[in-house]
Amino acid sequence: MTLIDHLPVLLVAGPIVASLLTLVAGWHDRRLCYPITLAAVLGEFAAAIVIFRQVMDGGTVRYYVGGWAPPMGIELVIDTFGGFILATIMLLALMTALYAFRSVKKEVPAEKTVSFYVIFQILLAGLIGMTITGDVFNLYVFLEISSIAAYTLISATRKPHSYVASYNYLVLGSIAAGFILLGIGNLYVATGTLNMAELAVMLPASYDLATVHAAFLFLIIGFSIKAAFFPLHLWLPDAYTESPSAVTVLIATVMAKVSVYALFRFLFSVFTMAYITESYPVTGVVLLIATIAIVAGAILAIAQDDLKRLLAYSSVSQIGYIMFAIGVANRIALEGGLLHILGHAVMKGCLFMVAGLIIYRTGTAQLSELGGIAREMPLTCAAFALAGASMIGIPPTIGFMSKYYLVLGAFEAGLWPYAAVLLVGSLLAAAYIWRFIEIAYFGGHHDEHHRTGGREGPASMLAPTIGLSLLCLLLGIFVAAPLETIGLAVAQLLGGT
Amino acid sequence: MRENVVIRTVVRLAVPFIQIFALYVIVHGASGAGGGFQGGVVFASSFILMTIAFDLAYTRRRIGSRGTMICSALGIAIFAGVGILCILYTGNFLEYGVIEAALGIPHLHGYLIDLVEAGIGITVMAVMTSIIYDMANRGGRSA
Repeated sequence: MTLIDHLPVLLVAGPIVASLLTLVAGWHDRRLCYPITLAAVLGEFAAAIVIFRQVMDGGTVRYYVGGWAPPMGIELVIDTFGGFILATIMLLALMTALYAFRSVKKEVPAEKTVSFYVIFQILLAGLIGMTITGDVFNLYVFLEISSIAAYTLISATRKPHSYVASYNYLVLGSIAAGFILLGIGNLYVATGTLNMAELAVMLPASYDLATVHAAFLFLIIGFSIKAAFFPLHLWLPDAYTESPSAVTVLIATVMAKVSVYALFRFLFSVFTMAYITESYPVTGVVLLIATIAIVAGAILAIAQDDLKRLLAYSSVSQIGYIMFAIGVANRIALEGGLLHILGHAVMKGCLFMVAGLIIYRTGTAQLSELGGIAREMPLTCAAFALAGASMIGIPPTIGFMSKYYLVLGAFEAGLWPYAAVLLVGSLLAAAYIWRFIEIAYFGGHHDEHHRTGGREGPASMLAPTIGLSLLCLLLGIFVAAPLETIGLAVAQLLGGT
Repeated sequence: MRENVVIRTVVRLAVPFIQIFALYVIVHGASGAGGGFQGGVVFASSFILMTIAFDLAYTRRRIGSRGTMICSALGIAIFAGVGILCILYTGNFLEYGVIEAALGIPHLHGYLIDLVEAGIGITVMAVMTSIIYDMANRGGRSA
């Protein structure tokens, strides 16, 4: 066995060891924290890419922790879907780590920086663990690790409101974790195993048990809270708005996507397509709520005055698109849904980075005070426009491709009215994206006196922002590459593991 | 708090026994019910009891903020160190058997489990204690 075979466990142990190093180094000198964090994230990103290539070349990677084979021991599994998500979240985590340095310096009190970077690493450890574990209880443990780390990070600002946001998220997050734990407990009672692959084999025998139905509902509700699926999104706007910009980028992209991933995992790998469409048909309900989420999230976004809050409600709407894929539940729609996980992570990461840059320079994200901001920060606003175009779904961006597949999937299933709602959602997205564009490019000729010259944000923040916005475009043009992976992943999900 | 001879004497007597029991729970984890987490919590409870019966400064003299920080890092370091040692002996993460086989020492895997449990126990004890310090410390300073 070479070191490459141990990469799965090193991906989980790595961030934990790195957080430890950060703690000890930060105790010696606060300035050492950031280089260690960046090096660690770079290493994890490289490891994720290596594993992803391994999965694409040689199929599913399995790792038995402690050498104990599955029914007894804990197994780490990376299949095509897991590898795809792992590569996506590590890309975003790397971008966030690059972006974080100046942003954290400005927004996080100096005495909190050491703990900030320590917890940043622990959050990553939890999220990576959730992505690669093959054991449902292990997934719960990693979920709790990442959740607790997220509560702490959200409150790491100077603003007192962030404590309230963090506390609200703590309460709702704990309720979600309680639901998930109950669901896992019920599954264990019904089957006597916690391994995902084994659960998928043993569950069909008990598909009619009330215990299993209850477990299913508990899990769906729990993960819907974590993923902020309308109407369980109430923690999200505050948490996204009040946390430091770098944390917003991280939780809005990486963490939200991992929650959605876990939901997909439970729906398709633990339970199966047969269960969610025949034994306990939920897809119709999910589809209905998803369409409400798309429209309601977008309308709420239009009504906001704060750029970050606007983007937060837009996230509620976009999660609706991903859930729409579950509701339609055919191959094309699921491909669209998975593509939207990647696309939304990239574009929402970019948009929140822009919001962070604007806050860095002007100290506010109130739309009313940002008139004419594009004259001072042309590159930043151009990045917003590009990512915003992707959010609306203008070709040839990634946002267009994913929505195109969702609409095609809805057509194939004969759900014409629902396809129409998707298009309405896009129009509403155009409305809230345009609000900022209009204010930034055409607004506020009157208040030029209080700004001093055109200044972009620092290069270390600007570069990842522009990188992500270009990625929206490139992924849309060269969409064949991610789609190839996604096609395999969907085939695995639909066929059961 | 008002001086109370009974409480203080009882706490003085109880603390060593609580700590011995905590060590027993940690060591017992390899072969039965118990383990690092439970033992660590019991150990921390002795410090919590001291904080309640005496005051924060009294407990801090035994184990300060610096001490809890070193302990919390040390515990994870032991855990990760043993895990990675197993990889270096060409096993999987935390696969103790390979080290035992390589070195030929009987029952080594049991000792390694004890070592890992001790690592977990040290971290849990330190983190629990530092949480109590932060909650009891009303000054609002972060440690």
